[in-house]
Amino acid sequence: MMGEILVLVDHSDGAPRKSALQLLTAARSVADVTGDEVAAVWLGPGAAAAADTLGRHGAARVLAWDSADAKAFVTVPQVEALEQLIGARSSTLLLFASANHTKDVAARLAVRLGGGIITDATGLEVEGGRVVATKEVFGGDVITRARIAGDRAQIVGIAANAYPVEEPGTAAAPVETFSVTLSDAARSAPVTAVEKQASADRPDIAEAAIVVSGGRGLGKPEGFELLERLADLLGAGVGASRAATDAGWYPHRYQIGQTGRTVAPSLYLGAGISGAIQHRAGMQTSQHVVAINKDPEAPIFQIADFGVVGDLYEVVPRLIEALEARRG
Amino acid sequence: MRIIVPVKRVPDTASVRRIDATSRTVDRESSEAVLCPVNEYAIEEAMRIKERTDAHVTVLIAAPESGRGIVQKALAYGLDEAVFVTDPAIAGSDAIGTARVLAAALRHLEPWDLVLFGNQSTDARTSVVPAAVAELLGLPSITYARHLELADGSLVAHREHEEGWDVVSAPLPAIVSVVEAINEPRFPSFKGIIAAKSKPVVDLDLAGIGLEPGLVGHGAAAAELIDFSERPPKAAGTVVNDDGAGSSVGALVDWMAERKFV
Repeated sequence: MMGEILVLVDHSDGAPRKSALQLLTAARSVADVTGDEVAAVWLGPGAAAAADTLGRHGAARVLAWDSADAKAFVTVPQVEALEQLIGARSSTLLLFASANHTKDVAARLAVRLGGGIITDATGLEVEGGRVVATKEVFGGDVITRARIAGDRAQIVGIAANAYPVEEPGTAAAPVETFSVTLSDAARSAPVTAVEKQASADRPDIAEAAIVVSGGRGLGKPEGFELLERLADLLGAGVGASRAATDAGWYPHRYQIGQTGRTVAPSLYLGAGISGAIQHRAGMQTSQHVVAINKDPEAPIFQIADFGVVGDLYEVVPRLIEALEARRG
Repeated sequence: MRIIVPVKRVPDTASVRRIDATSRTVDRESSEAVLCPVNEYAIEEAMRIKERTDAHVTVLIAAPESGRGIVQKALAYGLDEAVFVTDPAIAGSDAIGTARVLAAALRHLEPWDLVLFGNQSTDARTSVVPAAVAELLGLPSITYARHLELADGSLVAHREHEEGWDVVSAPLPAIVSVVEAINEPRFPSFKGIIAAKSKPVVDLDLAGIGLEPGLVGHGAAAAELIDFSERPPKAAGTVVNDDGAGSSVGALVDWMAERKFV
């Protein structure tokens, strides 16, 4: 019997997140070498409606626990579901998106299974039937290759945007449901409400292909309204440096840097950001960097592919005009 | 109320950070060691609870002997005591091994009500240790807290995620990790720095926390580093000067269009 690569599908409002579709691409790159099949794991109600999307993006089947308990309590129900699923199937590899809450599920699962965990992988290879994960550490200064030793369960997190979304399939994946027996401990921490803050139209900075980011040079909170207009024209997410979030100009949840979040978009456009090392640690693995800053000595120009030395309040509004004109 | 704040010694982000070719872990000699900046938010949250409820706060650090300097830095914020766990057998632990050491130390320190972690360390940034510790102790993992309230043996927290946050509740004792949105950390006061020198520091090794050495360290690490390389330096980019009237914008739009960003 062929083995199975399990892909934990992070989903929101009934739809798989973009990161989950990227995971399916990552899983298929391994399956092409090992001959395994790719199974999407859906925890919570709604698998049937997502089966078409998951099938078209490369899942051979969807393994679903159709229970609201999956997200009604913090983390542990998902851990117990995966533990029981993995125990019942011949899987030695679980891929998950390296996002806040999925990392917790993966960490607790690794402890339960006596397995190993690697997070934030940017590439996967196969050696001797086992996965080797590439990962960038120290803000991207060092690139490592690591594996889970021995025959332990391999629980590997993939960084956002490390793999593209691909659509090799044409049909819905068949859904197989499974049941889960929850321990009492799994119900000890209920989720009583979910607060959505993110703009429905604007992608999150971790998943966005383009990130527009602002710093101290904006000088005032209104500067972010300008950057949001630019971002929305580009379909970009909006981030900030710690100087800007500490000043209260933009919410902390969008802080990019060593104490905040790490992004690696195709294009990072920083306006009024000097590029201190603590900020660069959260963005310097971006594929392309554009910097707009008054100070020609700002360190961000050292890593910028295209730099503009100038006043962002002169440059950004004209950039917006030019982009609007191109749209016609 | 008793609170434990586990903190980590990390290489300063502003220094050159390397991996040591022999030990295959962070080269601790190549860079200045600092208290992980994310831990400051956990310390601040503990101090605020202490000031409201007269809680007793212990800082917990597991590090090689050379990491002892972090103990005084952490105590300087006003915490009550430190526990310093060091043992040569810990060297080379992966994130799960680190979690085993911290979980064993926390068991040794029972009873307590709350453990406050930072949500990530600025060096490894895996964010898995708090949840792994909670799993080892059979407790809820209330991670990524951007808001925390305590009342009557339970807590309410706002757990941040990509779209906003979940409001959750949990009984105490609980394992919590905090994100930087939760508060604005204070600076250690001069008085605090002086007082730190006379705070009790408890030294423990693996035997002292009741942990089998074979369960941690390089030999037990499930995640195995195969090799590593330094990122090649980036080629210099194009820099244009704007004339103050948007003269750079045409070139910028062309550059973006060539790469299909517009």
